Amino acid sequence: MTSNSVAHANKDERVRKESAIKGLLNRPELGALAGAILVFIFFGIFAGDTGIYSLEGTISWLVFSAQLGILAIGACLLMIAGEFDLSIGSMIGFAGMLLAIPTVYWGWPIEMAVLFAFVGSMLLGGINGLIVVRTGLPSFIVSLAFLFILRGLTIGIASWLTNRTIVGGIGEFSDGTFISWLFSGHILTGLFTWAANSGWIETYKDGSPVVPGIPMLVVWWIGLGIVSSWVLLKTRIGNWIFAVGGDLNAAKNVGIPTARLKIALFMFTAFCACLFATIQVMEFGSASADRGLLKEFEAIIAAVIGGTLLTGGYGAILGACFGALIFGIVSVGLNFMGVDSSWFRVFLGLMLLIAVIFNNYVRKRITEAK
Amino acid sequence: MSKSEFVIELKKVSRFFGSVIAIKDIDMVVKQGECHCLLGDNGAGKSTLIKTLAGVHKPSEGEYLIDGEPVNFDSPKDALDAGIATVYQDLALVSLMSVTRNFFMGREIQKGWGPFKQFDIEKANEIARQGLADMGINVRNPSQAIGTMSGGERQSLAIARAIHFGARVLILDEPTAALGVKQSANVLKVIAKAKARGLAVILITHNVHHAYPIADRFTLLNRGQSLGSYLKSEVTREQVLEMMAGGAELEQLEADLAEFTRVDKEAS
Ligand SMILES: Nc1ncnc2c1ncn2[C@@H]1O[C@H](COP(=O)(O)OP(=O)(O)OP(=O)(O)O)[C@@H](O)[C@H]1O
Ligand SMILES: [Mg+2]
Repeated sequence: MTSNSVAHANKDERVRKESAIKGLLNRPELGALAGAILVFIFFGIFAGDTGIYSLEGTISWLVFSAQLGILAIGACLLMIAGEFDLSIGSMIGFAGMLLAIPTVYWGWPIEMAVLFAFVGSMLLGGINGLIVVRTGLPSFIVSLAFLFILRGLTIGIASWLTNRTIVGGIGEFSDGTFISWLFSGHILTGLFTWAANSGWIETYKDGSPVVPGIPMLVVWWIGLGIVSSWVLLKTRIGNWIFAVGGDLNAAKNVGIPTARLKIALFMFTAFCACLFATIQVMEFGSASADRGLLKEFEAIIAAVIGGTLLTGGYGAILGACFGALIFGIVSVGLNFMGVDSSWFRVFLGLMLLIAVIFNNYVRKRITEAK
Repeated sequence: MSKSEFVIELKKVSRFFGSVIAIKDIDMVVKQGECHCLLGDNGAGKSTLIKTLAGVHKPSEGEYLIDGEPVNFDSPKDALDAGIATVYQDLALVSLMSVTRNFFMGREIQKGWGPFKQFDIEKANEIARQGLADMGINVRNPSQAIGTMSGGERQSLAIARAIHFGARVLILDEPTAALGVKQSANVLKVIAKAKARGLAVILITHNVHHAYPIADRFTLLNRGQSLGSYLKSEVTREQVLEMMAGGAELEQLEADLAEFTRVDKEAS
């Protein structure tokens, strides 16, 4: 063997150096990252003077993004595993009632009611998943059925038990509790008060800061995002999620418990919906039967903008989070600029279209000869 | 514990899919350190038989024994846990996933502790790269999706994976179908090595040049039924070829070909 061929053994002569940018292109979250940067710059230029990047403005689009982001994380994992859940929005309304009715009408302690809501919605999510894996029907259809069933149940049960579709007065039971802080409180309040006292951030007349701290909602979003992303990219379960969505038959043949995995992911999506609902109920002090309308589509769109394939097997939590961020900035930004909200929908539709076309291109790049 | 002379033993195993009888009353034994070759026409039921061995299908009838003990696999995971690894005809690979992720799919090696356990990707990359190198395939980047790999590279990956996880029995469904001469030779060498290590190998192939040198025992399937098992000492290469093609059909083919040549000659 010549020294020449030894050198080749280490450096494959059939590897062409690809530019770093092309390497990045293979990452699912790239499009959303680029989109988020563009949107940032756009509003910096055209709405910089409206205060969108002031502390108050920033918190408002962060809150918007976080709400959607929590849902998008659940939807994203489920989509990578090759399934959809169209009942996310209805689940939000239902979970809100699961929390509010026991608290207000049955006198349950708030902690218990929250637990009840989470267990109840995850159980329903599990049933949704069970039907999907047992019947082999497309989850699109099964969860569409759940979309109607749950929304109908929410309105029906609420009016039957309470004679109304809005259950208010939860604040009386939750104010000052740990649970209330956990879902609708703020962190770093000390820091913000200190900054207010030092005159660095905006204050009300009484000297308290306009923004009291980082909302727990945002903390939940980031925390959930980090944990889910870690699970997806670094653990055995994550590998299973990619495999199940990429090729169900292959996943079955190598012994992955595909049915249990899918059911668990449906339960996780329901968990996300319930988390969203709980935060909203704590925030507003009320549950309403029409909460969460159309949220399932927004969550799926955020995931798609984030690079998740509609066909499963490919995607990234980070991308979904950026997708939600784009939503938040654009929605709040247009609002600050005084643009009619109908334009936001136009933008959404266009974003979705661009994202799907782009994702399709990326998928082809990965799976077909270059 | 009754220790049987055979690792795998099938007694009158059948498998039905609704009204379809895929395999019927199959008897078969596989010894340690032995290569058992399954022969038969397309649709004879070979893949169904090995999927039953691999835990994908449950036998509809009959008994499946390992080391003389009846087993009842609920999923391929159970079979893998028992040391039976399979290369499926469709390879069971996911195009969108990387070489390493495919290699360890369902059997991820982990590091860390308790809830912080994670898939040890660095080590996995190394094992996958080495496993493929043993098969004569140099992977450029084990974290790249396999969608762009060639058919032979993919097949080699599936085989390398089975070799790595097959502790006792290795099942290969047409492993050389898409391979070049060099890679086919590698597969046969790998099978020989596995035999030497005391593994039992079950091999399906339509290529007599691959089957005859490596096999110790042949079982012939026809339309879902076994036409019997033969030790290599009992049959010649020509007989095996005849069994593969279905002897009668081969004679018919020869007659037909002769007929064509005759017609050709007359025409000219
Ligand atoms: N899941 C299934 N449902 C219904 N019929 C099936 C199923 N799997 C296999 N069969 C039928 O069983 C028969 C045997 O199929 P099998 O795949 O085992 O053949 P084979 O011997 O592997 O053929 P080949 O050489 O083409 O790979 C075929 O007629 C096939 O249609
Ligand atoms: Mg076959």
